[in-house]
Amino acid sequence: MQQSFINELRNIVGEQYTLADRESLAVYGYDSTPELESLPGAVVLPGSGEEVARIMALCHGAGVSVTPRGSGTNLSGGSLSVNSGVVVQTSRLNRIVEIDEENLTATVEPGVITSALHREVESRGLFYPPDPGSMNISTMGGNVAENSGGLRGLKYGVTADYVMGLETVLADGTVLRSGGKVVKDVAGYSLNPLLVSSEGTLGFFTGITVKLIPRPRSKVTMLAHFPALQDAALAVSAIIAAKVIPATLEILDRVTIRCVEEYAHVGLPLDVDAVLLIEVDGHPAVTAEEALAVEEICKRYRSSFFQTAATADEALKLATARRTALSALARLKPTTILEDATVPRSCIAPMLQVIQAAAAKHNVTIGTFGHAGDGNLHPTCLTDERDQDEIKRAHAAFEEIFDAAIAMGGTITGEHGVGIAKKKYLPRLVGESGIRVMRGIKNAFDPKGILNPGKVF
Amino acid sequence: MDYVKLINCMRCGMCLPSCPTYKETFLETASPRGRVALVRKVQEGELDQSERLLEYLSLCLDCQACASACPCGVNAGELVAEFTCERKESLGLGFMEELVLRRLVPHPDRLEGSMTPLRAYQKTGLQKLVRKLGVLKMFPKKLERMEGLLPELPARPLRQEIMEVTPAAGTERGTVGFFLGCVMSLIFSEASRATINLLSSLGYRVITPRSQVCCGAPNMLGGDLEGLKEAARTNIDIFAGYDLDFIVTDCGGCGAELKKYGHHLPGDPAAEAFGAKVRDIAQVLALHSGDLAPRLQPVDLKVTYHDPCHIAHCQGIRREPRELLRLVPGLTYAELAEADSCCGSAGTYNIARPGMSDRILHRKLANIAASGAEVLVTGNPGCLLQLRKGLADHLPHVRIMHLTELLARSAGLA
Repeated sequence: MQQSFINELRNIVGEQYTLADRESLAVYGYDSTPELESLPGAVVLPGSGEEVARIMALCHGAGVSVTPRGSGTNLSGGSLSVNSGVVVQTSRLNRIVEIDEENLTATVEPGVITSALHREVESRGLFYPPDPGSMNISTMGGNVAENSGGLRGLKYGVTADYVMGLETVLADGTVLRSGGKVVKDVAGYSLNPLLVSSEGTLGFFTGITVKLIPRPRSKVTMLAHFPALQDAALAVSAIIAAKVIPATLEILDRVTIRCVEEYAHVGLPLDVDAVLLIEVDGHPAVTAEEALAVEEICKRYRSSFFQTAATADEALKLATARRTALSALARLKPTTILEDATVPRSCIAPMLQVIQAAAAKHNVTIGTFGHAGDGNLHPTCLTDERDQDEIKRAHAAFEEIFDAAIAMGGTITGEHGVGIAKKKYLPRLVGESGIRVMRGIKNAFDPKGILNPGKVF
Repeated sequence: MDYVKLINCMRCGMCLPSCPTYKETFLETASPRGRVALVRKVQEGELDQSERLLEYLSLCLDCQACASACPCGVNAGELVAEFTCERKESLGLGFMEELVLRRLVPHPDRLEGSMTPLRAYQKTGLQKLVRKLGVLKMFPKKLERMEGLLPELPARPLRQEIMEVTPAAGTERGTVGFFLGCVMSLIFSEASRATINLLSSLGYRVITPRSQVCCGAPNMLGGDLEGLKEAARTNIDIFAGYDLDFIVTDCGGCGAELKKYGHHLPGDPAAEAFGAKVRDIAQVLALHSGDLAPRLQPVDLKVTYHDPCHIAHCQGIRREPRELLRLVPGLTYAELAEADSCCGSAGTYNIARPGMSDRILHRKLANIAASGAEVLVTGNPGCLLQLRKGLADHLPHVRIMHLTELLARSAGLA
């Protein structure tokens, strides 16, 4: 990258927040996606939305690409610059601008950490449900750009269900304001749903207004063991069919159970095929009733062990197995490939069978855990990047898993985004017309193609 | 350096919110994930050991909060420390390192002797005069900082005063060895005396071998692995001469280092056995909380607790100190926000990187102020030095005490 251009960036954000030395660029060449690396030409950390607009205008004029980055926890390569462009890190834009308790909204800057928003609104008896696994470090800007989900998706939905208003810097540095605090708004096209999950390819968010809801007054946590996978899947369907919508309905498969038990010794039996972690929340009278219904259903479907937490501490203990799933798996091998194939929830059992068959066929270890309630599974392949043959087999197994997900009416990614990692699968899912429409939208927003190029398609 | 330890990092970023320097800067180079990546790229030949790279790595406090946060067991702080130590070792010890690490630190008599002028400096009133006249402004900044950190020194180091064998008060339940940390003995000898009194009152015969030497942590910091191993061997031999239930220390930093003797001397069963016997004082006292509780008199104070990195992150001890404080009748315990985040002391970090150290200290002080506590309790001399000075300058109404000082006072042993 030319020194004169770097100097211009420096004039906007200051010396301290413009990075172009080899060492800095080296550590902005990755995010949380395994195997992917691509060095940017420069990294800047703007301190205001106005600085973002000036950076964008500068890059637009010079034809230099801009890739937004929060904390770099993206799992599809979305925060990497593929053509030595400018990475714009949002961390300094970290103010919670307003909590509006009358309109039940929160307005934040894009660098606000998700769990920081949780703490702030919960201290006022309010609730912002999306809780991605990385919520202690993920940023709100990244959550909106990727439409992040989380454990509470089944009952409460995903980030898109909470975004009400956006302030977006467009490719040329002008500012677009869409939506706001109104619940009803049919003026013109709905731009928010388009911008949510655009993965940084349509604009750069500088202001985000999200919907809040009252904090649930009570929660009941339950854990059920199932000797047969099929029974666990049937129990999931039966719970929903009984019109109980748990806040959390998570599954761990046999490989994951073994890893968790070996690592955390939480008392899981090694001879069961699946464990379900179930949480119902809401009014105390309702949760008590729902918990009883869940227990009855699990027992009907031959759960070999069922426990309801009596205290908050016990609830934490029960949730330990699920919370340590990724750690337990990740410790086994150096490289962990975490995917997010998603199917209609009625297909959870066949999907788990597909995953196990693919792992066996390609001789790789895949542990699966995830959000059984909303069909969003995390098949996690434990491998070693130094073993190229095994890496190849892992990708072959995932290819079969994604194709099966598409065939079942599901999707290649439920919450991690397409980014670079899943580009080749997107046409299989959305078809030629889907890609054509998406390209048309991209061109309307960013005719010069400077916004996070190389992603999605 | 073990390459697998580097590639075990899956770059998930879970360490970022735990890292004090990342929280201050938001820079990836100042994050544990970034540091592991830098070291890895050096190992892979993609980056040189440039001055800038070393400068980035030197911002690491080695507080190991990242290790507590890591889902896959990577210890970025330790990896950076090992890398730095290996690098310094390959360069050989400089004149000052040789002097301090080989000729001073391993010899308690010389180390204690070196403090005599400082004691005289305080006792003769020269310190007051120097501070008043601002004479130190004429010397390098580092000297002024070091001088400012120094509290009033005890008349004599504890090592010279304490009996080698302190009998158990009442029925003897066992024998423990007491490891005297250099800084505890030289500067916070009252706290260590309280530690020994508590152990004795709970029925332990306490053996404090006078010939014991520094744990070796400064050698690690200075790139003197050989010196560290020498210190380890000396201490292992000395304590092997007694039949001990535990080897107890009230210095978090020493405890963390002593527990790693087995790691430093692989294949040496005596080193393994030594490490397995080491306990932080809070661990031992918590074992006997039932016996301790009835002896405690009311202490009508609002107290909070700062987790030293070497106790919480390096040794995984968090529950015991809090349980012990809650035993004290009349005491109101207020949990500190970000209690296990470093105070910025970090060995010699507060001298070497004063700017960052101060930023981290001020974050800690703000949390202490918000807790509303009148007393801050902790368990490591580095934290005691750093926070004593920070509190005196900015929150003079808050006192600082070692855990054992407060407990001994409540038990009428101080």
